[in-house]
Amino acid sequence: MQKALKKYFALFALPGLICFAIAFFIPMIMGIVLSFCKFTDVTNATWAGLNNYKLMFMNAEFINALWFTVKFTIMSVITINIISFILALLLTQDIPGTNTYRTILFMPNLIGGIVLGWIWQVILNGYLLKYQVTLVTDPRYGFWGLVVLMNWQNVGYMMIIYIAGIINIPKELIEASQIDGANRRTMLFHVTLPSIMPSITICSFLTLTNGFKLFDQNLALTNGGPGKSTEMVALNIFNTFYGRVGFEGVGQAKAVIFTIIVATLALTQLHLTRRKEVEA
Amino acid sequence: MKKSLVLLTTLLALSASIFATGATESNATEEVYFLNFKPEVAEIYTNEVAPAFEAETGIKLKVVTAASGSYAQTLKSEMAKRNPPSIFQTNGPIGLAADKSNAMPLTDTKFYSILGDKSLALQVEGQPAAIPYAVEGYGIIYNAAIMNKYFNLSSKKTRVNSIEEINTFATLKAVTEDMQAQKSKLGIDGVFASTSMSAGNDWRWQTHLLNMPLWAEFADIEGYDSIVEAGLTLSNSTFKYGDNFKALFDLYLDNSTVVSTLIGAKSVDDSMAEFALGRCAMVQNGNWGAGQILGVNGNTVNPSDIKFMPLYMGLDNEESQGLCIGTENYLCINNKVSDIDKTNADKFLYWLFSSDTGKKIVQDKLGFITPFNTFKENEMPSDPLGKDVVKWMNKDGVNSVPWAFAAIPSQELKNSLGADLLRYAQNQMSWNTLSNNFVKNWASEYKIAQEN
Repeated sequence: MQKALKKYFALFALPGLICFAIAFFIPMIMGIVLSFCKFTDVTNATWAGLNNYKLMFMNAEFINALWFTVKFTIMSVITINIISFILALLLTQDIPGTNTYRTILFMPNLIGGIVLGWIWQVILNGYLLKYQVTLVTDPRYGFWGLVVLMNWQNVGYMMIIYIAGIINIPKELIEASQIDGANRRTMLFHVTLPSIMPSITICSFLTLTNGFKLFDQNLALTNGGPGKSTEMVALNIFNTFYGRVGFEGVGQAKAVIFTIIVATLALTQLHLTRRKEVEA
Repeated sequence: MKKSLVLLTTLLALSASIFATGATESNATEEVYFLNFKPEVAEIYTNEVAPAFEAETGIKLKVVTAASGSYAQTLKSEMAKRNPPSIFQTNGPIGLAADKSNAMPLTDTKFYSILGDKSLALQVEGQPAAIPYAVEGYGIIYNAAIMNKYFNLSSKKTRVNSIEEINTFATLKAVTEDMQAQKSKLGIDGVFASTSMSAGNDWRWQTHLLNMPLWAEFADIEGYDSIVEAGLTLSNSTFKYGDNFKALFDLYLDNSTVVSTLIGAKSVDDSMAEFALGRCAMVQNGNWGAGQILGVNGNTVNPSDIKFMPLYMGLDNEESQGLCIGTENYLCINNKVSDIDKTNADKFLYWLFSSDTGKKIVQDKLGFITPFNTFKENEMPSDPLGKDVVKWMNKDGVNSVPWAFAAIPSQELKNSLGADLLRYAQNQMSWNTLSNNFVKNWASEYKIAQEN
């Protein structure tokens, strides 16, 4: 058996490796190379050195987008995780109809980002009309609009992950702590939270990367308006690449920088939260 | 187990055969792929032009329409595909410069042979490469019924008695402000339709209205026959006539159907609908908007009441100023498609603008005012705005304003102006800052355009 595995390893791994190479590895290498080139489509690239990286900082646009994204991500990571954790706690109590609530809360996640963006644009603009303003009157409205939208969409999903974590806390552990006289507060901070650390790792990783990568909701809700003040990095890259003739390489360079930033942050976060995970 | 395996393989084989037939089918017939720029006539291409062309020539026509404001993006991704469009559009000398390697020389095509004035074609290395197919005009569209109602109003505070008397900014302003003050008597929400500023909907200001001060500024440059040629040499714009722009833009904002803080969410469709429903008396737009007005459900405007007036903003000699007439609709044939596709593309364009069926659709449905010698005097468009453009073009003592905006160095420049205009309208930016930004951006964008 072992021998056969070794013998056929290459053969069986090949399809997966080919797919990985075609869909991921080759495009990534191409993308990095193209960020040093001037091109209009992938077939006519000429070497341009670091010029794209210089043009990227020609104005404050990219830095602003990055800064807006960071602010948004921090806010959405905090709010989504807190709200979904509270919901998870509530829906693991003995309340009748918890499954129905879980399903309902999960549902927004099944709707695509563009559709959600349009729907929330109508809702929020309809509300703001009362004050004779719109989502794009002031960047603050767009910011909070995005946070609300993101929460609505993601809370249900994260809640399911937390619920799974909470349900899996061993009964003995809870009983033991109750016998030792732990009150609800101690239970929460010294039993529940440490036990669901793996869920927290996953949820914070997902919300962090979702926040950074956010594109369709941003496009549909404000499209960066007013001006470019609510434009997040992904949308900024898209607009640079497709919106400006001769700036394809600059968009590509921004994408490379963006990948590096997101990868660094996500890996750091994984490392930090993993350290806190405990064996039950 | 065995049964399900058999079932699975049968399914696989079936799906494979479906893909296989699909592939052979698409190669069997000849096809012209046209990437359309005008969303407002997209349905006419698919429902009228394509069937008629296929019926007469047996060649299929595939029309893909890019969403408003995203033509360059769509073109870029379509060009990189294995079956790129055979016919694509470019918006003028600047756009063509970006696509010059894709535009085939058109000297020997039948399509070029029917162009009336050969100087209208754009050239790449001495060869015609882009041919205009529609001349368009824009200005302020007004509802003559509402205007007449105002002229007959007993409480009217101006002495203006007919639309012909409005031929300066001062008169326009006086009439507008008086109309706005008496809007309830006129049954309107405001004189001007909302100043649409939502994403992709600000071109009426950052391109079309901007044309006026640019035209005046370019006209000051001496030694050029064409305004656009002069403009293309301008490395530093001073936005010299910016105050004129501001005057008319302010008039739009202050006498509108909505308050300025709401315009960020308004689209051109919204503005045209307001006009169609009779909620406003005027809207700045061009003859392509006729279908939009007449196509709105519950439209209350009589076609014979839809008329044009020039964009008066206090420039010199504005009494003799006409509509802004020009084109940013040029067609190119893709250099990178097969010879058969090139021939078919030429065949299609020649058919559309010279055959009786094609011409009929162009005249009645597409509503293009074409520069081709195959169209006779009586074959001009029948929609009210198209007719009015032709009337203004031929009016005595009036000079049309050319489309100077073709010389704007980049789309980015227009977009940042649009964003600044929105901030200005919402009182978040002073006109001075806006003006300085424009001057600064012009210089930097011109430099980038030269380097490219």
